[in-house]
Amino acid sequence: MQMPSQSKIVQGMDASQDKLLTQVTRGDYEFGFYTDIETDSFAKGLDENVIRQISIKKNEPEFMLEFRLKAYRHWLTMKMPQWAHLTIPEIDYQNIIYYAAPQLKPGLNSLDEVDPELLRTFEKLGIPLEEQKVLSGVAVDAVMDSISIKTTFKETLAELGVIFCSMSEAIREYPDLVKKYIGSVVPYTDNFFATLNSAVFSDGSFCYIPKGVRCPMELSTYFRINTANTGQFERTLIIADDDSYVSYLEGCTAPIRDENQLHAAVVEIITLDNAEVKYSTVQNWYPGDKNGKGGIYNFVTKRGLCKGDHSKISWTQVETGSAITWKYPSCILRGDHTTGEFYSVAITNNYQQADTGTKMIHIGKNSHSTIISKGIAAGHGQNSFRSLVKVVKKADKTRNFTQCDSLLMGDQCGAHTFPYIEVENDSAVLEHEATTSKIGEDQIFYCNQRGIDTENAIGLIINGYAREVLNKLPMEFAMEAQKLLQISLEGSVG
Amino acid sequence: MNLLTSDTVIKQQIIDQFEKHADELNKGSGSQINRFRKQALNDFNRLGIPTTKNENYRYTPVDRFLHGNYDLELLANPFRINLEDVFKCNIPELDTDVLLILNGFYYGSERQLNLPDGVIICSLNEASQRYPDIFNAHYSKYADTATDGLVAMNTLFARDGIFVYLPEDTELNRPLQIINLTYSFNNLRITRRNLVVAGKNAKAGIVICDHSLCEQSYHINSLSEICLGDHAHIDYARIQNENNLSAQINNVFVNQQANSHFNSHIITLHAGLSRNNFYVKLRDPYCECNLYGLFLCDGNQHVANYTLMNHDSPNCLSNQLFKGILDDEATGTFNGKIFVRQDAQKTRAYQRNNNILLSSSAKMNSKPHLEIYADDVKCSHGATTGQLDNEALFYMRTRGIGVNEARHLLMYAFANEIVSEISVDVLRERIIELIDKRLRGELSRCNNCDIHCIP
Repeated sequence: MQMPSQSKIVQGMDASQDKLLTQVTRGDYEFGFYTDIETDSFAKGLDENVIRQISIKKNEPEFMLEFRLKAYRHWLTMKMPQWAHLTIPEIDYQNIIYYAAPQLKPGLNSLDEVDPELLRTFEKLGIPLEEQKVLSGVAVDAVMDSISIKTTFKETLAELGVIFCSMSEAIREYPDLVKKYIGSVVPYTDNFFATLNSAVFSDGSFCYIPKGVRCPMELSTYFRINTANTGQFERTLIIADDDSYVSYLEGCTAPIRDENQLHAAVVEIITLDNAEVKYSTVQNWYPGDKNGKGGIYNFVTKRGLCKGDHSKISWTQVETGSAITWKYPSCILRGDHTTGEFYSVAITNNYQQADTGTKMIHIGKNSHSTIISKGIAAGHGQNSFRSLVKVVKKADKTRNFTQCDSLLMGDQCGAHTFPYIEVENDSAVLEHEATTSKIGEDQIFYCNQRGIDTENAIGLIINGYAREVLNKLPMEFAMEAQKLLQISLEGSVG
Repeated sequence: MNLLTSDTVIKQQIIDQFEKHADELNKGSGSQINRFRKQALNDFNRLGIPTTKNENYRYTPVDRFLHGNYDLELLANPFRINLEDVFKCNIPELDTDVLLILNGFYYGSERQLNLPDGVIICSLNEASQRYPDIFNAHYSKYADTATDGLVAMNTLFARDGIFVYLPEDTELNRPLQIINLTYSFNNLRITRRNLVVAGKNAKAGIVICDHSLCEQSYHINSLSEICLGDHAHIDYARIQNENNLSAQINNVFVNQQANSHFNSHIITLHAGLSRNNFYVKLRDPYCECNLYGLFLCDGNQHVANYTLMNHDSPNCLSNQLFKGILDDEATGTFNGKIFVRQDAQKTRAYQRNNNILLSSSAKMNSKPHLEIYADDVKCSHGATTGQLDNEALFYMRTRGIGVNEARHLLMYAFANEIVSEISVDVLRERIIELIDKRLRGELSRCNNCDIHCIP
């Protein structure tokens, strides 16, 4: 261990720490405010008519409506999955508003026409939509409730041929691309929540990177739930054509409410030959209060298809928010020499529950995958890691490495690992290792001895523990994630 | 037969079979065994035969092995087998007390067993009548029929098996060797039920050998309940060598009281379907439990090891190590779970599963699960699936060792990690010899044994 770097971190942490501490002890969630804005929303409930209405609102071509209706009819035959290690209260799907949109003038041309209240909201969230104010090169698609507010840097990106816009716009402007790829990775029959999403999704981001283009800036979608009683169902589609590269970020927040709100998103990624997509998420939905009241139910289907040879998809996630998380960002390694990666830090504090992990399906020859998962459970949190590594018969010379560590803080929480390893090929090499333990008293003692108090020592140890994953995040995200780790675990030290 | 409904068909067949023979079953066994049948029938009716939709049997298609017509063995086979004639395992070095179980019925031993005072070894049925106090305190107390259809099925058809009772402070002079034989001219459904009770401070070694004497297809549903009192110590080893048409479900329920110590080695050399379910309950503090398993399978064989390690109390230690070598179209499964209760602090629980695939059509599925509700614990699991190390093979070949011999050496070394843990020297050597033969593809039977195991 190197002492100088440690103390530097601690000094840095100290200043923000005091502020954080007061915030947290008051039970505050930084982004828990509500924007009072005129909203155009449907009545509660779901039937075919609601789906038709959404489609009309979005001015969608016929094929989209058919896709939605097929999904809806299939969804009616499905039951909510029970296999996860989660206690999910009954959800009344008729008691949810399926479409809510801040009122926007049609055909928005410049930022001046956007309601200043909306701009202020995103400013408060740290997501300035005015391009000149943006420091680093990040293009943002800001989504509030059911619709996309604004996509920045669209023109700059268009020069390179990169399409980055809201999903609704893509459906109207690039129907061929959407028609070809939507549902190709997560079919509308995939699972209960993905099917529901296919039926009612309202917006999301669409991204297409043309052949040979290395996207010059990071693309980002920011999701905000604002209206009460709504469910957010967004759909993201990322297509990386041959030899292209993009790094994609996703962030999300919601106001503090006593009721639970549903978020059921679908993300599909397709990489063609030699393409690479790096997808990073910092999940910061409202996690509920100290007694487990309120919070977001985050039931998300994320899946990438390495379709072309030598392509790569990398998922990095920091899960701190949501009352319940049900999420398995996966890779289907169909092409030869493809690479799938999954890096995850998941924290459950208070009464949060998480069942998260990944699937790596090796179909192509020489495909490689890496899974690194760091779970932290505190308070009454239940944290489960679930993974599937599958090697099909013809996938020769595949390689997988899985490491999954769990850290327990307090005697009321639980940490569980449920890996599945299925191998049908004799040239595959798979390794899996997992550990569960608590923070060593000797480690804390060592820090105490050097004048670092216990709270800071734990922050330090947690950061070190999660570093392997945090290092994979883009710079700005890594800072935010580090801060979040601190907040999320505040007060859990006994 | 429609595969979708095969499990319900099998269930109905089994229930019909029970109802047809219920009177005979009840007449043949003691009331203490009979009184559990009603509940077992209810549970079995509810649970049925586990299918691959059952999370614990996800990779083991039990139903596929069980359909077809099987006769029930209701009475002990009348022909007497002379143990001395068929079984000559009693070479001087392996000094054991040999007992015979044929088709699930206790035959005992022709010879006088050399047992310490107070030790009872007899048929389960006899024990239920002669020693009701001990029997009732333990029978069906650990194996919960409500959890698994196959456990319910065993309790439903339970008729006989072996009963071992070790009073306080007794130690068996030499290991007990139980030979399970199957011999029949028609397809059989066999139920075997064993109960082992070790009192405070008792110590015993139990070696179990499973053999087929026939080429018939048969299905064995075996269940053993093993209870260890304070400071008791049991070494349990089981060597399975059965024919390709056999299907054996072997449920072992272990209940450990304070400071007790249980070691188990399961060596599966040959079997059509072999499923070993271990349910261990570390009831009191300071228990230790070590489960080791090794399986070698080829052809169309399927070997599944399932463990549920329940850490109910603090300060216990558990270790699981399961290794497998799979060739041809063989499929293997390891499905292990460590469950640590909230108050089981200071638990140390480890689990490891290593597999080698020798052919491109062999399949291995692993599910090493941890479920932990206590914070002051050290738990880990590891799983690997791979093949023989090419560099090591090359190294040996450069030194003039032929490719077959080199492969053999590597597999042998792989298996040795399990075998080297067996504490009885002679037994260990015997098993090493058997594994050596099995790996060379020879008929794996002991040199001194006349039993013609049919592979």
